[in-house]
Amino acid sequence: MDAESLAPSLSETARIARQALSDVAPEPGVHKPDPILKAVGVRRNFGGITAVDVDRVEVQRGSITALIGPNGAGKTTFFNLVTGFDKPDAGNWSFDGESMEGVASHKMAARGMVRTFQLTKSLTRLAVIENMKLGATGQRGEKWWNGLLPGTWRSQEAEIEQRADELLARFKLHHMRDEYAGSLSGGQRKLLEMARALMTNPTLVMLDEPMAGVNPALKQSLNEHVRGLRDDGMTVLFVEHDMDMVHDISDWVIVMAEGRVIAEGTPDDIATNTDVIDAYLGAHQGLSLLEDEL
Amino acid sequence: MDVTYVIENTFAQLVGRNACYYAIAAIGLNVQFGYTGLLNFGQAAFMAAGAYGLGMTVSVLGVSLWWGIILGVAYSIVLGLLMGIPTLRLRADYLAIVTIAAAEIVRLVVRSVKFRDTFGGTDGLKDFARPFQNIGADIGLEPAKTYGFWAFKFSGKDLWVLIVGWSLVVIFGVFVWLLMRSPWGRVLKAIREDEDAVRSLGKNVYSYKMQALIMGGVIGTFGGMILALGTANVQPDNFSRDLTFFILTGLVLGGVAKVTGSIVGPMLFWAIYAFIESVLRELVRDGPLRWGGRTIIQSTQVGQVVFMFMGAMLIALMAFRPQGLFGNRRELAFDGR
Repeated sequence: MDAESLAPSLSETARIARQALSDVAPEPGVHKPDPILKAVGVRRNFGGITAVDVDRVEVQRGSITALIGPNGAGKTTFFNLVTGFDKPDAGNWSFDGESMEGVASHKMAARGMVRTFQLTKSLTRLAVIENMKLGATGQRGEKWWNGLLPGTWRSQEAEIEQRADELLARFKLHHMRDEYAGSLSGGQRKLLEMARALMTNPTLVMLDEPMAGVNPALKQSLNEHVRGLRDDGMTVLFVEHDMDMVHDISDWVIVMAEGRVIAEGTPDDIATNTDVIDAYLGAHQGLSLLEDEL
Repeated sequence: MDVTYVIENTFAQLVGRNACYYAIAAIGLNVQFGYTGLLNFGQAAFMAAGAYGLGMTVSVLGVSLWWGIILGVAYSIVLGLLMGIPTLRLRADYLAIVTIAAAEIVRLVVRSVKFRDTFGGTDGLKDFARPFQNIGADIGLEPAKTYGFWAFKFSGKDLWVLIVGWSLVVIFGVFVWLLMRSPWGRVLKAIREDEDAVRSLGKNVYSYKMQALIMGGVIGTFGGMILALGTANVQPDNFSRDLTFFILTGLVLGGVAKVTGSIVGPMLFWAIYAFIESVLRELVRDGPLRWGGRTIIQSTQVGQVVFMFMGAMLIALMAFRPQGLFGNRRELAFDGR
């Protein structure tokens, strides 16, 4: 498949990402031309249960990659391992060519990797704008002795606030700027969490179920925002159950089941992959995973 | 009933020594509990660190009283590290358990017979406050003379303690107010809301929690020092669990996560305490209070009954104004995490 044959609605970055992945074979653990994230031999046991046992996974730079799989497949555990929120029993991974073994979770953001959570974590008793400003890294005023001297951080704070306002406007949350984050709707909280993550200036954004609990109208705009991240040069890896979203926006799909990567490929490869349909529906039913084809 | 006595007593306690050192300790506790969400139930131990730091100087270590300030601060930093290192990586409840236990360990160690030579056992330590009192006399406050007007009459000795104590309240109040308006304060408040979110945004949550625990503890240490200087002695049983919980009550009364709340709350706590106690004392002054042939209350029971009223008041406060006097009710509405 070459770039010309793709739908004309695709953005420039989407064409580039799909072009780069067009020669990659649709098989589990396959090598990508320019991986930003590489995980090798990552294993995590909880008691006697192996939650994650991934031989090899790579995420192509500048792409939107979906991580799907039935409940209990180990997607969120894999997320936690990669972002340092959990420690693996074995294995190693690298981000942007640097090994991330043993790096504490709070150091990931400074290196350009940021994540969101399946259950939205908006800081409810902080104003929306304060939520945003918290996201900026390398703030001088976050040392307490500087905190006492507003002169040391005020100019930086003004820059951060300007960037926060721009992002709020882009995510259409600007009218809620000075409200408590707790007064936002579920969908708005998802947007806030994504916008806040962008305050860290990431190169890889990891979204854990961005569509969970979001109404259909807002899903379209969330889709646009995720595409926007790629257009701005970021790589996106997201966990999702919503197959229509996965099919709509992702350039590449990784499928996990029972802790292992069972399939990889373009959305179209995956939609017709019998292993995947079996993993989801238990046995081959001759059904499609996409709602609009049912 | 002598109404003037009741009113004067109430107002005197509003700005008295108790209100003062409670306010300092509450400002510190507010950094931990109000802003960072750390359940420190051992503030009494940090106060003991300050009091014993001062108390041990002259009589035990044979150094000047002023070394006691450094000593007390050092003790409370060590205490904060000992409490924080094992627990701050765990859930909030563990810190609560460890702090309450640590505070009791501190109290039982300093009152033990074994360490009598160092901490003075149950008698505690005295004869250390003289250099401090001398300064008050030097600036012209005669220790035995009464200063002030109406309800606010204090001896020169007490007035000197109050001047220093309330100055510390103002200094720490401004200190915390400035910090909580800074990005540093924003990180603490965010940790209170959800520490995983803060970690994902690249902040070292453990380090911030440790900073908050130690900073609140060191501020509380100065409260303990004012207590020690005010009474001119240090007794282990001044630092029991009730102290921590009364300070917490004062803080909640004023409203958590507000600097004004942490200062006015303890003041009101002691004013209300004095008011109830004075009224009860007046009622039983001419013998036990009787109603319908039964004794309602007699003079030996006043002490306990005051706390029954305080407890009932606290319940009413939680039911009708859970945000305290200065708190923001809207914030409370979003507590569901």
